[in-house]
Amino acid sequence: MARARVYITLKEGISDPQGKTVLRALKSLGYDEVADLRVGKYMELELDGEDKGKLESRLGEMSEKLLANPIIEDYRMEVEV
Amino acid sequence: MRFGVVVFPGSNCDHDCFYVLEHVLGQQVSYVWHGDTDVSGYDCLVLPGGFSYGDYLRTGAVARFSPVMGAIERFANAGGYVIGICNGFQILLEAGLLPGAMMRNTGLKFICRFVDIRVETSSTPWTSSASVGQVLSAPIAHNEGNYQVDTMQLEEMKRHGQVVFRYCSPEGSVLPEFNPNGATEAIAGVCSIEGNVLGMMPHPERASEAEMGSEDGLVVWRSLLTHCGVNV
Repeated sequence: MARARVYITLKEGISDPQGKTVLRALKSLGYDEVADLRVGKYMELELDGEDKGKLESRLGEMSEKLLANPIIEDYRMEVEV
Repeated sequence: MRFGVVVFPGSNCDHDCFYVLEHVLGQQVSYVWHGDTDVSGYDCLVLPGGFSYGDYLRTGAVARFSPVMGAIERFANAGGYVIGICNGFQILLEAGLLPGAMMRNTGLKFICRFVDIRVETSSTPWTSSASVGQVLSAPIAHNEGNYQVDTMQLEEMKRHGQVVFRYCSPEGSVLPEFNPNGATEAIAGVCSIEGNVLGMMPHPERASEAEMGSEDGLVVWRSLLTHCGVNV
């Protein structure tokens, strides 16, 4: 059994209404050092298999097809076998 | 004409679309189940509004892989008429049948109210009976209507006349204060290059009878019927 993590973030240049709202909330709490904030998604997966290369290529496929929308989002993944 | 209204788990405007097409416009209508894989025999497929698959992951992201979607893609690519309204529009975007993607409304609020939209082209089957600059009043009801498309793609869409509706003032001016959700260039509806696939956030089916507050949505249905040679 392998463990995988997928991080999905909005592409640069895509405005993030959620991130902006959280940023404003932090500033109103007095955390003036926060210069920018963007909200993303984090997913944990359990995968059957031992072949790291194969699992990564399959997970990349899953990310492009369903987990992320390549028009507005980027993804990054980590696989531990 | 023979219409099919596609029902996904979580669709909730399917009955409204069915009612308007059958009772207001007198057309033949059937429901098409999301598990069906045969859409032959239809002239037009309607992907209605709602919250398919709970809007989980991204709006339309899961519905886009329903068994029926393969058949809808083939139907659209063969020139069949497909209209996606609200969640239906989001599904068409996820399926790549229309360009762009949806983000959350800039105000982070679910917005449910009448808006004005301006007809940007009358060269599509869906607006052939409307005039350019005509203002339609129709309701929106969405949390993710912030339409995003990159500049290059948008320029290409403009060249092909794919921007069909824009949010505007009651007089027809496109101004930031009349853009309810932050959509790029106030875009409320787009079509495919060939024009046979339309996606729009406002609900024409909720504005198809005077007693519902507006009949302006009828022009979308009537344009298509007229375009297809049906007397309306």
